[in-house]
Amino acid sequence: MTWFRLRELAHARAGDKGDTCNIGVVAYRRDDYPLLLAQVTVERVARHFGELVRGPVTRYELPRLAAINLVLERALGGGVTRSLSLDPHGKSYSALLLTLPVAVPAEVAARLLAAGRLPVPDESPQETPR
Amino acid sequence: MRVATRRSRALRIGAGASYAGDRIEPATELAARGELDALVYETLAERTIAQAQLERLHDPDGGYNALLEARLRAALPHCRRHGTTVITSMGAANPLGAARHAAALAGELGLAPMRVAAVLGDDVLDYCEARRDLLEVSETGAPLASLPGPMVSANAYLGAAPIVSALAQGADLVITGRVADCSLFLAPMIHAFGWRDDDWDTLARGQAAADMVECGANASGGFYADPGYKEVPELWNLGYPILEVEPDGIATVSKLPGTGGVIDVPICTEQLLYEIHDPSAYVTPDVVVDFTAVDLERAGPDRVRISGARGRPRPDRLKVSIGVREGWIGEAEITYAGLGCVERARLAERVVRERIRISGIALQELRVDYIGLDSLHGAASLRPAQPPYEVRLRFAGRAAARRDATRLADEVETLVGKGPCASSLPRKHVREVLGIWSCLVPRDAVHERVQFVEVPA
Repeated sequence: MTWFRLRELAHARAGDKGDTCNIGVVAYRRDDYPLLLAQVTVERVARHFGELVRGPVTRYELPRLAAINLVLERALGGGVTRSLSLDPHGKSYSALLLTLPVAVPAEVAARLLAAGRLPVPDESPQETPR
Repeated sequence: MRVATRRSRALRIGAGASYAGDRIEPATELAARGELDALVYETLAERTIAQAQLERLHDPDGGYNALLEARLRAALPHCRRHGTTVITSMGAANPLGAARHAAALAGELGLAPMRVAAVLGDDVLDYCEARRDLLEVSETGAPLASLPGPMVSANAYLGAAPIVSALAQGADLVITGRVADCSLFLAPMIHAFGWRDDDWDTLARGQAAADMVECGANASGGFYADPGYKEVPELWNLGYPILEVEPDGIATVSKLPGTGGVIDVPICTEQLLYEIHDPSAYVTPDVVVDFTAVDLERAGPDRVRISGARGRPRPDRLKVSIGVREGWIGEAEITYAGLGCVERARLAERVVRERIRISGIALQELRVDYIGLDSLHGAASLRPAQPPYEVRLRFAGRAAARRDATRLADEVETLVGKGPCASSLPRKHVREVLGIWSCLVPRDAVHERVQFVEVPA
């Protein structure tokens, strides 16, 4: 297994409703969707965001679109209007999600390397680098 | 009742705006060249109405979109020439005032005869005030009486019905307050095709199409580009999206030739999921939409076809967005540069924290950000290999009283001269906090109605 950032496999957009953030994550290639499902689990997402998300994380699957929708509750500093954050809508959270390290099988790694994509340099990035 | 007006060709709807301050000329381009049946300007974010209500407390004739005149002056003559109906939520906290303004403008532009309608009834503040102990805050489950400040606004998310009613009465321009974003687009579809209000699958297909364009250029290249990964041609010249809706609600999204941006399946997938939670049950006032069966297919260059949404009966209750005055936020920022800049910024943070204590500044919450290091994602941020050459230190504090928010910003200002060496000048800012909460009210609590305003000849 080689580790790459999720950014190499998927793109994402974040939205807000009150204190809840949702992130739509879409595989660039339909073939990679099972990898997305296996790697972008609610447990790993919750650990990746750490103290930014104080409520539960829920994942919805949209196989026809090769996409998942992540819903992060109590994630926007109390809500868009009272948050003290510079990003009260959490619109940049999509970029944070795409830093998630994902373990990819050899053939996918070969494809990404051939496309000039770089693996995660850390030897053991199972835990999100701090 | 509208069977006689039912049409068999596609309906063309342009998305002219997706927030209060959106660009003006892309919508004017749509009006001029889009061969549109309807042009929709959606301009209300969650707190826009609450802010507009505060404005209206100072100016009873105000409280609607500040760009109303500029938008309509640019686009209305084209719309009248092409028979394009305009539908907009620019009415914010004062749809009738906005309609009067628009009617006077239309008269000045020589556009009479023309029918201008205001949709009223989304304001349910009196209803909510009277039931402070009965209605439940959706976020907390506690009664409205528990909200952390006085309510300044309570607006129900209306559905398409009052707009459809205005269109049936011949409106050329419909100005609303709070209406569910998608429903602004659904209304002209229902009017044109005569869809029944319980034809859930058809309404859901229409609402899925509406969802694709209700954020305007977010469907055509906006907030999408990521160099080396997602390229967008001419990002500075985005064409705003056009929906071509077929009589069964299946729709194609496209844009004007000669504009920048991109419309393809990946961006449409991002947009479809934007701000939804359970994709099998997206609640709108008109229908509950199931997106899980939606198909997106490329239908040519910069064209994507949307089909497959399924619908379930609309909810019994309507969502209400409540604005609450919750105090004040004071903010101030200062930049340190050069070797040791992070250490100087950390000392500056210590100085401000001690000054808050010594001066007795009463804050409910204080946040300190190191911009350039981890200001957006905190401890989850990737660590830089080397210390940065400069870092911007930001303080933000929430206080019950304006005075305390101001004093925080003033303390940061004194860092120049009394803090660590070698910084930029600080910038400071104090603003009121309008908290947004929500509750649900029964449909019969909302008395939606249409009022026409005369356009002078």
